[in-house]
Amino acid sequence: MTFCRFALYLAFALVIVFPTPLRAADTIKIGIAGAHSGDLASYGLPTVRATELVVKGINARGGINGRQVELLIEDDVCKPEIATNIATKLISMGARVVIGHICSGATKAALPIYRDAGVIVISPSATNADLTLNGDYPNFYRTIFADNIQARTIVDFTVRELRAKKIAVIHDKGDYGKGLAEFAKTFVEENKTVELVLYEGVTPGAVDYSAVVQKIKRSGADAVIYGGYHPEASKIVTQMRKKKMGTAFVSDDGVKDDTFIKVAGAFAEGVYATGPVDVSANSLGRSAREAHRQEYGTEPGAFFDNAYAAALVLTNALAKAGGTDAEAMAGVLHTEDVETPFGAFHFDRNGDATGTTLSMFRVENGRYVPIKQP
Amino acid sequence: MARRTMRLNGRDIGSALLTALWFAFLALPFLAVKINPVEQTVTWRWHAIIYVALAAFLLSLGGSLYRQYRKAHLARKSQNDLSSEQSLFGRLWATRKIRLSLLAALTAAAITFPLLFSTYQTNIMITALIYVMLGLGLNIVVGVAGLLDLGYVAFYAVGAYSYALLNLHFGIGFWSALPISALLAAFFGVILGFPVLRLRGDYLAIVTLGFGEIIRLILENWNAFSKGPSGIANIPRPGFFGLDLTLEGAIIYLYYLMLGLVLFTVFVVNRLQNSRIGRAWFALREDEIACQAMGIDKTRTKLTAFALGATWAGMAGVIFAAKTTFVNPASFTFLESAIILCIVVLGGMGSIIGVVLAALLLILLPEYLRPLADYRMLAFGAVLVAMMVFRPQGLVSRVRRTYVPAGKNIPDE
Amino acid sequence: MDYFIELFFSGLTRGSIYALIALGYTMVYGIIGLINFAHGEIYMIGAFTALAAATILSFFSLPLPALLFLSLAAAVIWASAYGYTIEKLAYRPLRHAPRLSPLISAIGMSIFLQNYVLLAQTPDFLPFPALIPEFAFLAPYAGVIGSSDLVILLTTAVIMALLSLFIKFTRTGKAMRATAQDRTMAMLVGISVNRVISATFVVGSALAAVGGLLIASHIGQINCFIGFIAGIKAFTAAVLGGIGSIPGAVLGGFILGLTESFATGYVSSDYEDVFAFSLLVLILIFRPAGLLGKAAPEKV
Repeated sequence: MTFCRFALYLAFALVIVFPTPLRAADTIKIGIAGAHSGDLASYGLPTVRATELVVKGINARGGINGRQVELLIEDDVCKPEIATNIATKLISMGARVVIGHICSGATKAALPIYRDAGVIVISPSATNADLTLNGDYPNFYRTIFADNIQARTIVDFTVRELRAKKIAVIHDKGDYGKGLAEFAKTFVEENKTVELVLYEGVTPGAVDYSAVVQKIKRSGADAVIYGGYHPEASKIVTQMRKKKMGTAFVSDDGVKDDTFIKVAGAFAEGVYATGPVDVSANSLGRSAREAHRQEYGTEPGAFFDNAYAAALVLTNALAKAGGTDAEAMAGVLHTEDVETPFGAFHFDRNGDATGTTLSMFRVENGRYVPIKQP
Repeated sequence: MARRTMRLNGRDIGSALLTALWFAFLALPFLAVKINPVEQTVTWRWHAIIYVALAAFLLSLGGSLYRQYRKAHLARKSQNDLSSEQSLFGRLWATRKIRLSLLAALTAAAITFPLLFSTYQTNIMITALIYVMLGLGLNIVVGVAGLLDLGYVAFYAVGAYSYALLNLHFGIGFWSALPISALLAAFFGVILGFPVLRLRGDYLAIVTLGFGEIIRLILENWNAFSKGPSGIANIPRPGFFGLDLTLEGAIIYLYYLMLGLVLFTVFVVNRLQNSRIGRAWFALREDEIACQAMGIDKTRTKLTAFALGATWAGMAGVIFAAKTTFVNPASFTFLESAIILCIVVLGGMGSIIGVVLAALLLILLPEYLRPLADYRMLAFGAVLVAMMVFRPQGLVSRVRRTYVPAGKNIPDE
Repeated sequence: MDYFIELFFSGLTRGSIYALIALGYTMVYGIIGLINFAHGEIYMIGAFTALAAATILSFFSLPLPALLFLSLAAAVIWASAYGYTIEKLAYRPLRHAPRLSPLISAIGMSIFLQNYVLLAQTPDFLPFPALIPEFAFLAPYAGVIGSSDLVILLTTAVIMALLSLFIKFTRTGKAMRATAQDRTMAMLVGISVNRVISATFVVGSALAAVGGLLIASHIGQINCFIGFIAGIKAFTAAVLGGIGSIPGAVLGGFILGLTESFATGYVSSDYEDVFAFSLLVLILIFRPAGLLGKAAPEKV
């Protein structure tokens, strides 16, 4: 089987290197960039699938304004230096709109190139606040909440709902985790009723976190806010619970992943995490997930709904603007509400999606259950 | 060619069968079984084992044939005179006319490259050229002076971050940042050099590795200084006499700039190797004690090697920052050091043309293998092992007159 | 004081793991002078095999100790087999090559093995069952030391003692020491050097597999990249103690583990690795051959 797949990939490689003249000349090309191989592939591949599903439907219905849509899929393995190569590659292949990139660092590196070429970029997962807030990238939009918004939700929840007085903020030193933790730290410090008792980064991949856990215990924190991904979170939670610590654990959408519950098992119970709102109530979201199951035989992965939404708004803008003109498309993106799995939304001045797409979850009986916000 | 027909006897087939069985056994827990501990299920894939066994069987047979061929080849070679020692390439290279025309063709190809190929290809080529420069720089430390440095990426980071930070805080442009960063990197090279003066071989290796990690960790943790893991964005590309270049223009400009810098590097490194200090480095590599006995200042020689090696990394770092327009600590991991080291060793320690070839190979290969997705890195690892097994002296081994003293003190002897 | 003791034990646990992996590094280095970068991957291979065995065996509803021992056996067998094969394929042909060539071969092997497991299994983290039983008598001290910490600590102590006896008194052990001191001379007195080197890789890999199973069970998850950091840390520990020396590897492991733990506890975990590496540089400045290494290093 390995060799069959190898041969398939080789054939695929040849197709890409020597494009056959069979391709229709006048297609709309959408670039998809993100991590599709290596350890972060599970964050990037669902976006490819979501876009494929949307585009397949559109092409079956005759394309956008009579033009078929073609996808240019490129792997940046979440590395900034490779992301810039990918960006130039996509542009030279004729992509005028891009869905991606997946990681904030890679997105930040690639955006100036897209901006100079007048390419519209919609990311389903790059949460770094600067991307939209500092106004450098008018061509950038995202269907996910920015870090500052997420941190605000987490801190507010921890202070108001959990009534924590002493808060420890822990992060994984990474781009995403530390970015979020920095905001959480600022918000906790601004709030005079609570005290920040610990602010630390843990080393991802370390063999053991018991020293940090002892430190949390000693700090006397009522709640731990963790910025980062699930592998470290589950190690920390497991060791906390093994040491009989009942400290509340509140984290982000890097932890709101079913793998976290499976890995941490019973110790995951009672952990809080923010994440994109549950779309199972939305008919569009339900049918998208159903389509994924039929097409690929598995449950969709991380950021699938965000990517699905991104593909919908992007194709809508392409249709309404009557082409790939950046200004016309920007007009549509900023004003027109589009039905997505998250409900109808458009983009605000900065390029962030309007309306709420964020909610808080709690692990109950091995499942993430949304908490009703007052 | 071979007069004796090569054939496989029963022993070869027997050992091939054993090899096949052995590899089937090795693959058992990984390829035959796909575990899913979450659902507590196991998928069996026996056919994978059969493929592995078959591949091992055929490769083993191929290996036997290769060994027979080698034997016949070596026997024939020992009959002929020793001048055939030199490779075909080496012999061609020695002919002045061919060397000149080859160089001319190469220069023409290098100059017309961005005009013939797309921006993307040019962009990739810039990356490859950056690695050529890094390889040449590390070559001074590892290849020429024989100091195993596993933390070379630290100087690359110093260069990239000094441009990024100088530009951010003081608005210093590319051209002023280039020499400043080079000097800073050289300074860091000396800082690293001092504590490791007494260390040898692999002790040196781990300390340099640690140094590389320390630099990266500081960049990651010290937010106030380096903006931490979220990195520094919007680093300007080099300006062209105040003109505003389009993206395509900027990339082509950067390409020529990089080409010029690489040529400059080649020139300098080549001249250095034949200089007094270069001779001292070679002597240091061969035997430290004899070197001291000859009156070479060991401290100064080692420190210059570190400082000069670091200088190139610093300059390469500035180009990297200018090309990517974004830096964050994730670009400067140990794997990067390892790849640069691979370039030096694969190229043939101390050989300039070898380093250039190896850098192009190791950087362009994974890039063009991109459609293979996950198989790319698998192939990369396998190629490294295979290259070392079949050409342990590197692509281009430096031809130097050496003699082997009887009691040579080399650990792997 | 309690806090100090807690940190001390967490440092010991970490240190034991580093020590277990460092033993393999130090043995291989002592004999062929090679930094075996693929050693961390052997640790990962051991952990994965243990997980595969444990998952398959869980269908037979065995008691926990039986499950533990069978998984451990599988991990040791396959990790040793991989160690042996890697030596034969990637290092043996390079025995007379320039000094750095085997190092590159080792880096290549490490990249290959990581991606091999990534492709054959998954790049995601997998939960690892708790194979080490929870001892009831430790329950009152849960805040200080867990049962897996205790098991890891004891295992390291026992293994180090056994290994020292093995090296000192058995025929193979003596052959190993002879080969480490002078390979040519060992060959002259009739030692099959190739077999001794193979034996070193087998033993070193077996130890890494034990470490792999213990730590995976301790932290409850593995993926195909865990070998890298553990390998680097273990290598640091081996050098710290004086590479080539077995007590040195264990001492180095403990010092490294304790340094990291106390640095985290009393300063900040932001810079725990900076502390670890700075300590290494400091020690090497004053003792260039490591703590227990000798100037003319006594190997293995």
